Amino acid sequence: MEEALIATGGGVLIGISATILLAFNGRVAGISGILEGILPPKDAETNWRIVFLVGMIVTGLALAPILPEAFVAVDRPVWLVIVAGLLVGVGTRMSNGCTSGHGVCGMAMLSKRSFIAVAVFLVTGILSATIAGQIFGGV
Amino acid sequence: MSESNTILPALIGGILFGAGLVISGMTDPTKVIGFLDLLNGWDPTLAFVLAGATGSHMVARQLLKDKIPEKFETAKESKVEIDRPLVVGAAIFGVGWGLGGYCPGPALTATIPALGTTLIFTISMIAGMAIYRWSKNKTSSANE
Repeated sequence: MEEALIATGGGVLIGISATILLAFNGRVAGISGILEGILPPKDAETNWRIVFLVGMIVTGLALAPILPEAFVAVDRPVWLVIVAGLLVGVGTRMSNGCTSGHGVCGMAMLSKRSFIAVAVFLVTGILSATIAGQIFGGV
Repeated sequence: MSESNTILPALIGGILFGAGLVISGMTDPTKVIGFLDLLNGWDPTLAFVLAGATGSHMVARQLLKDKIPEKFETAKESKVEIDRPLVVGAAIFGVGWGLGGYCPGPALTATIPALGTTLIFTISMIAGMAIYRWSKNKTSSANE
């Protein structure tokens, strides 16, 4: 029960962050889009993107000594981790959004594209995690 | 709006976003895989995080939409149609998410504190984004 409340509260912080970026910058807090936007070839508007990402990274560093249990590395073979990372990178850019862009922001704006994206990545995520759990064991 | 006015909101937004991910447990890939893996003891945390984030943002949007319509306009996704890249890309992302336990935000936030396989994941993820961006630019310039 307490864990569910903390998780919901953490989620609300993410929702407030998305609201600030919308209200002041008129931008969507989609992390994969923000990250892709700073990769070459250079786009306009790289400055606020870099600042947003640095804010995230520094917050992770600042909270690591207080909540070390929140930062465990995933126990999977290295080749599988590389494949997983490549798939997340390619897939999020092909579909133009990830858990934050489609999940948080897109569903909050009642975008049909985002509801479909979320349904699809939840289904394939459940399939891949469940199959990997049978092959490599639970995490 | 001049660009300097976008910097402070971005900094506060990044800090709150990172804090939300850490506090809610999303930087721990075992919690994410624990939600997606249905056969090894189910962990519902992710559902609460998504409900808290999407729900609060949805309420805030309703309160703000008539006050700052110009911001809503620039934040809209330009595409509305359901196309192949949307569905195929989301399917590919989901497979990687279920295997690695990270989506882009948590991976980035956890990379330096966790290092190890998390760092390998994040480098691979950015490489995947760069490969797609590069191939897309190549295709679009070939079509011009």
